Amino acid sequence: MPGKNYAGHRFSGLDQINVDNAKNLQVAWTFSVGVLRGQEAAPIVADNTMFVVTPYPNILYAIDLTKPGGPLKWKFEPQPAAAAQGVACCDTVNRGAVYAGGKVFFNTLDDQAIAVDANTGREVWRAKLGDISQGETMTMAPLVVKDKVLVGNSGGEMGVRGWITALDASTGKIAWRAYSTGPDADVLIGDQFHPFYEQDRGTDLGVKSWPPEAWKIGGGTVWGWVTYDPAANLVYYGTANPGPWNPDQRPGDNKWTSGIFARDLDTGQARWFYQWSPHDLHDYDGVNESVLVDLDYGGKARKLLVHPDRNGYLYLMDRGTGEVLYAKPFAPITTSTGVDLETGRLQYNPAAKPIPGQVVRNGCPASPGAKDWQPSAFSPKTKFLYIPHNNLCQDVEATQTSYIAGTPYVGMDVRMNAGPGGHRGKFSAWDVAKGEEVWGIDEDFPAWSGAAVTAGGVVFYGTMEGWFKAVNAETGKELWKFKTGSGIIGQPTVYRGPDGNEYVAILSGVGGWSGAIVAGGLDPRDGSAALGFVNAMRDLPDKTARGGTLYVFALRQ
Amino acid sequence: MCSLFANSHSGAPILLVAFCALAVAACEREERQFRPKPPEAALTNTIHMSPIQPGMPRLAVQTRNDYESNAHAVAQGQQLFRAYNCNGCHSNGGGGMGPPLMDGKWVYGSDPANIVATILEGRPNGMPSFRGKIPEQQVWELAAYVRSMSGLLAKDVAPGRPDHMAVKNPENETERMPPKQTGTPPSALGTD
Ligand code: HEC
Repeated sequence: MPGKNYAGHRFSGLDQINVDNAKNLQVAWTFSVGVLRGQEAAPIVADNTMFVVTPYPNILYAIDLTKPGGPLKWKFEPQPAAAAQGVACCDTVNRGAVYAGGKVFFNTLDDQAIAVDANTGREVWRAKLGDISQGETMTMAPLVVKDKVLVGNSGGEMGVRGWITALDASTGKIAWRAYSTGPDADVLIGDQFHPFYEQDRGTDLGVKSWPPEAWKIGGGTVWGWVTYDPAANLVYYGTANPGPWNPDQRPGDNKWTSGIFARDLDTGQARWFYQWSPHDLHDYDGVNESVLVDLDYGGKARKLLVHPDRNGYLYLMDRGTGEVLYAKPFAPITTSTGVDLETGRLQYNPAAKPIPGQVVRNGCPASPGAKDWQPSAFSPKTKFLYIPHNNLCQDVEATQTSYIAGTPYVGMDVRMNAGPGGHRGKFSAWDVAKGEEVWGIDEDFPAWSGAAVTAGGVVFYGTMEGWFKAVNAETGKELWKFKTGSGIIGQPTVYRGPDGNEYVAILSGVGGWSGAIVAGGLDPRDGSAALGFVNAMRDLPDKTARGGTLYVFALRQ
Repeated sequence: MCSLFANSHSGAPILLVAFCALAVAACEREERQFRPKPPEAALTNTIHMSPIQPGMPRLAVQTRNDYESNAHAVAQGQQLFRAYNCNGCHSNGGGGMGPPLMDGKWVYGSDPANIVATILEGRPNGMPSFRGKIPEQQVWELAAYVRSMSGLLAKDVAPGRPDHMAVKNPENETERMPPKQTGTPPSALGTD
């Protein structure tokens, strides 16, 4: 699975590659995936085979790791509907497949979850779960736990109603579906629901915290990461932004968007919820990873979760109750002044609120947040969280927008800029228990790739120029880097090959929201292109071009 | 709808004329005499998307969209571009979910009639079909505005100021980008 374990650590216990020999890394083999859009997927390794899923048209490759050069074992082409490309908000990405019990599971851009036999590449089942003509797409990597496949939808920019669905892993039949808006019955809120904060208690808040009917097109999609605690049998995941972005069109807290749910795996019943960004003013989707960590905190061994949010705060929470223990800024923030730990409420800065017909300048973080989907990694050895993130601010003007099914429902003109310091990205290590940054590396472009960390004390990540880097997990000192063919926005995978050696794999191929200017061939003269991201990325086409190549590295023998 | 066909000289929609006669009061209220007439449907027969024409090459005749010489109509088109959420996918011409419209690259043709067809029929890689949603007269206004984005309209007709936050030069200061037909959309498998 992309997260490496249910807790989402992205930690590998391998230590053949370490801080001393990482400088001897070299390319072992490469593979062109034949698709030139943003490569956000994590290569998955199981059964001596590597599985890679591409952006639309979502081709699934199985590569034989037992033979030199990684020959192709099979490929599976799901042939999703071409029109799905037009309703995918931020490039036609896919965040990866997952392996479990002899099957590979993945989602297609046109809303299908598919199970393929890992050995033969034959389809086992496919489930049609959404509708592109309503603007719905699917881009997230599923999580498979026990007999359930957990998947969710994308389309928060299209007036989609968000959901997470559990499918039966052997048949693809829907076991349960929980919506992120609407009546409690739809949200699977019942008598087990015990949110920590007063503001989340009451009946049908998913209806009452919206103007009439607005919850039906209110967003809260589920396109990020799902983690699982076996002891509590709870799954954790975030809900995305409310729609439209223009907050004046949806007075109220807009539950249950831009927050986190803890749910029972078997029934889907909600246990608790916490809203990172109530009445989200800035498209601060709450979908970022919630990494489950067991740590000594305040003198006690505690079961916690740590979550770097788009709104700029790193949250440490009690994962049993949903109590926020701290919320510390990990990037420059002007849109809020802090989180009130009594009420749990984010304290917005009224001066940064978007106002219709008025340009409100220099709000930080920008809409892609202090950190977007790019998953961080946690090392149980250093107890640091390694966070790839952004340093972006933006000017906005809210505009009145009307809902037309299958078209964008945004209502915000945006132009983004580099944040303080001029660098647009950063890769930093946080001591989770202390709640302090230990070290940070400034990056020119947003650090839009995931991270992976190893027992050898090495952290891997990539940059949008195309560098794949190994840095010292303790100090952040650069150990090695290699320039791949295109910008990197993928997720590094560390694995032991059939020959017993340690390898690290990464997809190179720029794109995603940040790289849409290159992947979509957008025009740099329009700063509002790609929802305003182009304004901050005008020089990216001078630094890299489209790509789609898998790189696998190992130590020189 | 009514006013478009009422103005049409193609002669075809006789039945529609009868239909419009029933709704004549409504049509007349909608009608704006100071606007030029939309082009004649027959002209669209002259456009082609391929330069290769087996046998006798036909002369390419550009469809005339009279709205392109009418600043009011182009300004209408600019507003409709937001009202129908075109901007959500194409931004202010630089693109996003959809391709840029301010550059010189055209996959489905730059002729006004091509653009009208794009809007009405939709295109396979995700351009929605707006047939039945947008009245045809407005489609021609949209087409006029779309062409102004790449500087194809006269400076005194193209919009001179944005309605909203400045994110690019206004259309009347946009460099003219000579239209070029490119076969491949910037979609998954394409390179440009
Ligand atoms: C849901 C997103 C979406 C919306 C809304 C949308 N478009 Fe598009 N548009 C696209 C996509 C995607 C393409 C490329 C289709 C293809 O390559 O097959 C496209 C293509 C086009 C083209 C053809 C460009 C060329 O190179 O030939 C034009 C013109 C166009 N759109 C105009 C409009 C107008 C005008 C509107 C509003 C009435 C609109 N679009 C609304 C997504 C959208």
